[in-house]
Amino acid sequence: MKSLSNQVVSMKPSGIRRFFDLAQTMENVVSLGVGEPDFITPWNVREASYAALEEGYTAYSANAGLIELRHEISNYMKEQFQVSYDPTTEVIVTTGASQALDIAFRSLLNPGDEVVVVEPAFVSYGPLIEMAGGKVVPVACRAESGFRLKREDVEAAITERTKAILLCFPSNPTGATMTGEELSEIAELATKHDLWVVSDEIYAELCYDEPFVSFATLHDMRDRTIVINGFSKAFAMTGWRLGFTCAPEVVTREMLKVHQYGMMCAPTLVQFGGLEALKTRQQHVPKMVKSYRQRRNYFIQALNDAGLPTHVPGGAFYAFPSIRHTGLTSEEFAERLLLEERVAVVPGNAFGESGEGFVRASYATSIEQLQEAIRRIDRFMKQFEVTTVKDSQQ
Amino acid sequence: MYSSQELELLEILEEKGYLETRLLANMLGVDEKTVEGMLEKFKADGILLGFRAMVNWQKINRHDVTAFIDVKVTPKRGRGFDDVAERIYRFPEVTALYLMSGAYDLQVVIRANSLQDVASFVSDKLSPLDSVLSTTTHFKLKTYKHDGILFTPQTEDKRLNITP
Repeated sequence: MKSLSNQVVSMKPSGIRRFFDLAQTMENVVSLGVGEPDFITPWNVREASYAALEEGYTAYSANAGLIELRHEISNYMKEQFQVSYDPTTEVIVTTGASQALDIAFRSLLNPGDEVVVVEPAFVSYGPLIEMAGGKVVPVACRAESGFRLKREDVEAAITERTKAILLCFPSNPTGATMTGEELSEIAELATKHDLWVVSDEIYAELCYDEPFVSFATLHDMRDRTIVINGFSKAFAMTGWRLGFTCAPEVVTREMLKVHQYGMMCAPTLVQFGGLEALKTRQQHVPKMVKSYRQRRNYFIQALNDAGLPTHVPGGAFYAFPSIRHTGLTSEEFAERLLLEERVAVVPGNAFGESGEGFVRASYATSIEQLQEAIRRIDRFMKQFEVTTVKDSQQ
Repeated sequence: MYSSQELELLEILEEKGYLETRLLANMLGVDEKTVEGMLEKFKADGILLGFRAMVNWQKINRHDVTAFIDVKVTPKRGRGFDDVAERIYRFPEVTALYLMSGAYDLQVVIRANSLQDVASFVSDKLSPLDSVLSTTTHFKLKTYKHDGILFTPQTEDKRLNITP
């Protein structure tokens, strides 16, 4: 048989995969390895999707999505994030934020174009950019700066081939957030070097200390930014696969072609659920945010007390503790924690080289499960006490 | 007036029941002393009335009977419904009593060992009260959900152990 695509064959499977296989075979696992909310989608949203099915909405929608939903997304962006998009020409409803990223990169990149990517980062960014012909240039966010992106680091990564910057704040996996002022420094670079910005704002609603600032609201950024957002995290709808892009017409027009040929449209029933979710967001989102904040407060404190230095994440639902002082690599740490204490976390290097020395632990699970996880981690960490100087790490 | 943090503490307690003060303090991002102070204040103000377990007796086949009795009464001048309400809620078998708008005035919830016991309560204790004009008794057949808690088997976590 003839060989398969060299590019795809040479692509590494996600580093999470191995842990997934290992953890799935074990019982009595407390999982902190899950990148999704522990809430089930609110009932009224599920019910709205049922109703659409009952009424027979089983056909394609417009390629860009139901126009009612695009209007609602446009309202949402205006009310929640103070940025205006024309629902008829600047919004595309996608099958999850992942597909939104895919159509963004395919529309932006020519072979060899470079994308400066914030790191540690969501596992899909690199492969999606490469499949679109681009080259990934990672820029590390360091623990010392609270995993915030530094202007000088970004600037050092920019070359004449740089086409775009990819940002994700609040961050998966670090939970870091950036203020408007800090983001403005990145925005200045985008203007100076004439770059596109892809801003993955999927965790926008999950900010606990400071209000979220959408990159598109910064000076002159609306017209060079593709905002990626979706329903998975804020509305607890991961399995529905529903996301959207908001971007100027000049690029939305091109992304729509990729979307139209590759996907046709997001599933219609799912879009009806999304419509209901946006309309009733005030009933659900603040409650979930409050609950995540409580769990974050508890969990970060408890990890630090257990001897795992952890910065306070301003958003998302991840803790990203340092495990360097144990002398283990993040994979060794995660594997031993799983085998010895049956707590699943994700090794930091799954999110890029700069994630080495850390693990990602999601606190999107019940407070009782978190307490159990901490009891087990406490026990696990005992063996390192001799070799570590706990106080100097904190 | 109560601060938003105090209200948040009440919301946690209402949902979770009793939790250690240290955990509560961490969840709210305050120190333990603050939480203890809030709890004292709630108790003193009659806001925090106690902690109870939610028991699903259906599971162990205990054949007790719960009845909801709609009661029409004549209110008393100057005292409204409070006097007759007091006469009713003092019976230990009354587990809840509400003043209602609509077709009747008081809803009495009683828990007893048998239908017979409910019948005796209504005929011997409730109906003879001077202010009581009429009663309509409904028996509970099955509890699906009570105070926000499902009584049918809980759905387990359907998420995979590890996802990106």
